[in-house]
Amino acid sequence: MTPELSPAIAASVPQQNGQPQSRGAALRQNLQRSLRRLTHNPMTVAGLIVVAMLLLVALFAPWIATHDPLAQDLNNTLKAPDAAHWFGTDEYGRDVFSRLVHGSRITLYVISLVTVIVGPVGLAVGTISGYFGGKVDTVFMRITDIFISFPSLVLALAFVAALGPGLDHAVMAIALTAWPPIARLARAETLQLRKADFVVAVQLQGASSTRIIVRHIVPMCLSSVVIRLTMNMAGIILTAAGLGFLGLGALPPMPEWGAMISTGRRYMLECWWLVAMPGVAIMLVSLAFNLLGDGLRDVLDPRSE
Amino acid sequence: MTPNMIEIEKLNLTFGHGPQANHVLRDVSFAVKDGESFGLVGESGSGKTTVLRCLAGQYTHWSGEMRIDGKALEHKLDRARCRHVQMVFQDPYGSLHPRHTVETALTEPMAIHGIGERQERIGSILAKVGLNDSYRFRYPHQLSGGQRQRVAIARALILEPRILLLDEPTSALDVSVQAEILNLLADLRQRDGLTYLLVTHDLGVVAHLCDRVAVMQQGEILETLATSDLAGSSPKNAYTRMLVDASREYSRKQEIPETVLLA
Repeated sequence: MTPELSPAIAASVPQQNGQPQSRGAALRQNLQRSLRRLTHNPMTVAGLIVVAMLLLVALFAPWIATHDPLAQDLNNTLKAPDAAHWFGTDEYGRDVFSRLVHGSRITLYVISLVTVIVGPVGLAVGTISGYFGGKVDTVFMRITDIFISFPSLVLALAFVAALGPGLDHAVMAIALTAWPPIARLARAETLQLRKADFVVAVQLQGASSTRIIVRHIVPMCLSSVVIRLTMNMAGIILTAAGLGFLGLGALPPMPEWGAMISTGRRYMLECWWLVAMPGVAIMLVSLAFNLLGDGLRDVLDPRSE
Repeated sequence: MTPNMIEIEKLNLTFGHGPQANHVLRDVSFAVKDGESFGLVGESGSGKTTVLRCLAGQYTHWSGEMRIDGKALEHKLDRARCRHVQMVFQDPYGSLHPRHTVETALTEPMAIHGIGERQERIGSILAKVGLNDSYRFRYPHQLSGGQRQRVAIARALILEPRILLLDEPTSALDVSVQAEILNLLADLRQRDGLTYLLVTHDLGVVAHLCDRVAVMQQGEILETLATSDLAGSSPKNAYTRMLVDASREYSRKQEIPETVLLA
């Protein structure tokens, strides 16, 4: 058995430039192409910049903040923005700018924790349910329906009310209500994929169901799930801020953005900066995640290729 | 006398239950000898692809008897059968995972069956189907239809099966590439002594690649005959004659001489 070929069947192969020579190179080429498409859209770039800034600010919070976010200065309460206090001070004389900067850490903590819980859970429930179908599908989807039928903020409220207020409880409550849409999305994708020829082909090669789901179906669902998660981040920020505003999220001394708006509300008419600054921060960040999600959809959605 | 590689006896398959039941295969029986290339022809919906999918193990609720190399097949697909029987799909645009490189696609079956020396095997199988090493790390969207079909053939062959099930392997390709793929398949069969079961509605493909052919209509085999008899006047069945006439009619309209069609 020789690998020699008759000239008739040897494909005429023009050598192309920039052909990947290894697995890593192929992956790198793919990433570069995606990145180029991502940065093509100015709105996405704007979103990307804001998100990158949020990450940087959270990472270097102690160096960026001009004051201790918890230090009270009762001689300097409710000061308007000036050179010493860029965004003014609150009712205890704490520097609003420093509190915002440290608050970004809390925001990021909530977003990432919820995403880390919700992504894998939604993906697992959705793909398993979609791939096996039948009874498995019925059971999983009815459970999902139960969770999806509660308004998310109300369920979170009930959950936090039962466990007591606190950031971790808020995270759990949000995660509990955020996974069903992801599961449904993954299931819908899987239903399309499981009859696809490339899935049948690995089935006929004797692959186990676990292998097919993990190696063949999940990578195809991943892009739409990532898009959905990014879009969800805006909602998570708002829900977390909402819980904070209602006094059920982060507890008082913590510089959580929603809680800052809540306490600033009492002085809103005289001291606009107490509400406006964290409000703008929440709006900017959730807008940025939405824009980024839109851009990611353009790049990752297999249907747009 | 060469032994039979594939034997199918009274294969029946029904989808659905009760009054809505759809009887797709009715008492399908035929045998394919070791090293033979056997064609299944018929119109769309005649059940020819379904026979392949039963043999390959995608449908498991058939009744009747199927034997491969003398051994009766279980309903459930087992690993031994995967190494004996592999399938090439009709549409090379749908049969390759869009996010897997050629190398990943070819490694996958070896990982499933725990086969070693993967790099060497991939190299030799790619050469066998007429692709050089520069294709190894490409994604399907960087390949043409014909190249994709070569990769699909390589993926089927990498488990070194004795039987290749071909489900209209050329109908999704354009005409110039069809000939390349058919020649490749003919070459591979000669070299490795493979047994082919080919499904098609293109009698030209049958004439090119198959020794014998069975004509199917509405889930039944009407007749089985040698390919050489197909062109002559010997088809006994009226439907077979109609099929042959239809393909001649078609070729005349396309102004392709008959000699090319049945070459």
